[in-house]
Amino acid sequence: MAEVLDAAVRLLVIVLVFLVLPLVVGQTEHKVMAHMQSRLGPMYAGGFHGWAQLIADGVKFAQKEDVIPAAADRRVFALAPGVALVPYLVVMAVIPIGPGLIGADLDAGLFFVLAVMGIGVLGSIMAGWSSGNKYSALGGMRSAAQLMSYELPLVLAASSVAMAAGTLSLPGIVEAWQWWWLPWQAVGAVVFFVAGLAELRRPPFDMPVAESELIMGPMTEYTGMRFALFLLAEYVGIVVLSALTTVLFLGGWQGPWLPGPVWTLIKVLALAFVVIWLRVSYPRLREDQLQKLAWIGLVPLALAQLALTGVVKVLMA
Amino acid sequence: MSTEQERGTTERIVGMGAGAKELATEDMVLNIGPQHPSTHGVLRLRLTLDGERISSAEPIVGYMHRGAEKLFEVRDYRQIIVLANRHDWLSAFANELGVVIAVERLLGMEVPVRAVWARTLLAELNRVLNHLMFLGSYPLELGAMTPIFYSFSERERLQAVMEEISGGRMHYMFNRVGGLKEELPLGWLDRASQAVAGVRARLPQIEDLMFGNDIFLARTRGVGVLDHETIMQYGVSGPIARASGVDMDLRRDEPYLAYGELPVKVVTRTAGDCLARFEVLMGQVKVSLDLADACIERLRGLPQGPINQRLPKVLKVPEGHTYAWTENPLGINGYYLVSRGEKTPWRLKLRSASYNNIQVLREILPGHLVADMIAILGSMFFVVGDIDK
Repeated sequence: MAEVLDAAVRLLVIVLVFLVLPLVVGQTEHKVMAHMQSRLGPMYAGGFHGWAQLIADGVKFAQKEDVIPAAADRRVFALAPGVALVPYLVVMAVIPIGPGLIGADLDAGLFFVLAVMGIGVLGSIMAGWSSGNKYSALGGMRSAAQLMSYELPLVLAASSVAMAAGTLSLPGIVEAWQWWWLPWQAVGAVVFFVAGLAELRRPPFDMPVAESELIMGPMTEYTGMRFALFLLAEYVGIVVLSALTTVLFLGGWQGPWLPGPVWTLIKVLALAFVVIWLRVSYPRLREDQLQKLAWIGLVPLALAQLALTGVVKVLMA
Repeated sequence: MSTEQERGTTERIVGMGAGAKELATEDMVLNIGPQHPSTHGVLRLRLTLDGERISSAEPIVGYMHRGAEKLFEVRDYRQIIVLANRHDWLSAFANELGVVIAVERLLGMEVPVRAVWARTLLAELNRVLNHLMFLGSYPLELGAMTPIFYSFSERERLQAVMEEISGGRMHYMFNRVGGLKEELPLGWLDRASQAVAGVRARLPQIEDLMFGNDIFLARTRGVGVLDHETIMQYGVSGPIARASGVDMDLRRDEPYLAYGELPVKVVTRTAGDCLARFEVLMGQVKVSLDLADACIERLRGLPQGPINQRLPKVLKVPEGHTYAWTENPLGINGYYLVSRGEKTPWRLKLRSASYNNIQVLREILPGHLVADMIAILGSMFFVVGDIDK
């Protein structure tokens, strides 16, 4: 009985985090972006500085008609937002927030996380293909091309940490983490974060979406709730990427004075802030420029990090 | 290649969605516009794509044709100014200028000195307003969302000044045949001078944000190179031509208004790519701000006097014809006025800058990617109304 209750509570907390944190990040994006651009951002919904803006947006999306174009492949079209969103929810279940605070402690947690996160991109490709719209098709193609380029540096950078910690378990990595890993794994951290941004299709890597070129790319034909799910997937993605970077490279819950989960939250939000900041200050790369960045920039860097990790490990042993 | 031929050979639907039976590898015809955010209105580009690479491009214009030239023929000269300032809605003042200059020339009318200097000042402020718009919208098309907010807050500063004097924020309608509508308000020159100083102070922010940005440089450098020969053949003018080293500016080469007495610095680049065009725009803003300051100084020193001419109730222009061209913010804007002594023109031909500038897209787009197409299209600095007239 206690076990079932325990699992139920953990699941409940994950779903709550899953629903609340993306909204917090989204609202932060509204406000941070606005103030960086000498605007105010949302000010009315909910009264105090427009805190309820995203809730109002959600209500609006829920009320909208769900249009499926005649030329669309209906089943794939309907399924795509779910495919984009659910993997992130699953990933959240294995990310440790504090010592012992984790949905499911897997021995191969890192492996699991990287495998599942890759599925999310399929949603975008499916949407692009099934919409029966040329802009969406171009967007889907770009998504697929992007998948090729960032997946390798992402995995290489993550494996460097796994090597350093000697484990694939996420809580295990956090426990093994020490402050001097920061400089030691710095290159890997940057590579991981940048490649993660490309996975999320966030600026400056948002060419599959590119609202000024492809008019939201794969999402062009989506309306109402299904569109909202795509948006939610994007913000959950930010949370997941920030959380993973925190766990792998920033020592997760480790930190002085404050309790562990608070430290995790602070680090996650700080990284989410960086994600927003990049959106405000950078234009969009071109698809071939991303490929170039990934193959002649990120991959060699990640390999160098891997080599460095190996050398240090051998020297210490 | 004619449109019909192209349609016959290349317009096949690529297998997509429910109709997908097999992977087709034919070219895809993609219509950018008439409803597309990067066309600033209703320009339509018919692209033939091989993957993302453009194999041919055809600008299709006319969705916004309002028959301005025909309407000119049934309006008297006062009313024409209202119509004429609308085709390029970002350079309303400059558009008015050409009309009144043409009419004044046929009438043999002398414009008061104060009006000449005030017109020059307003024309330069209008140029800054126009360029700030593109300095903001171009990065936006490349995915950088912040510069447009910076440039719009600066536009606001200038628009407040323009609004005070004319009552309008876009269509100033402040020119009259023989001068300006009204005397400048008391203290307006000080406020204009403050606005100019304010814009000049904030300009480096936009500059740093874009020119210090590696991604922006990577997206624009060497992209969409326009060579001297093509420019000559297509009659491209304005900042786009100057970015390719065509050193021509009517303000210096054939001075109208008070430009003959001003040191007009012509900004040119030789690269001819998107970056060069953006740089020219940025340079021109600075030059215009300096010119505006010079005009303000001069206006302060001028003695009191009229700012317009008394006109007869029915304004008839003597028989004859003239061509008045001005260096509009986007390029050469010309009016060919033919009068038969009536109160309306017999013909008023409008040569607008964007119409000629946009034609070169057909030459420079093929071979580029769709993403580059956005970068090139944005760097052609056009207004759809100015194309379609």
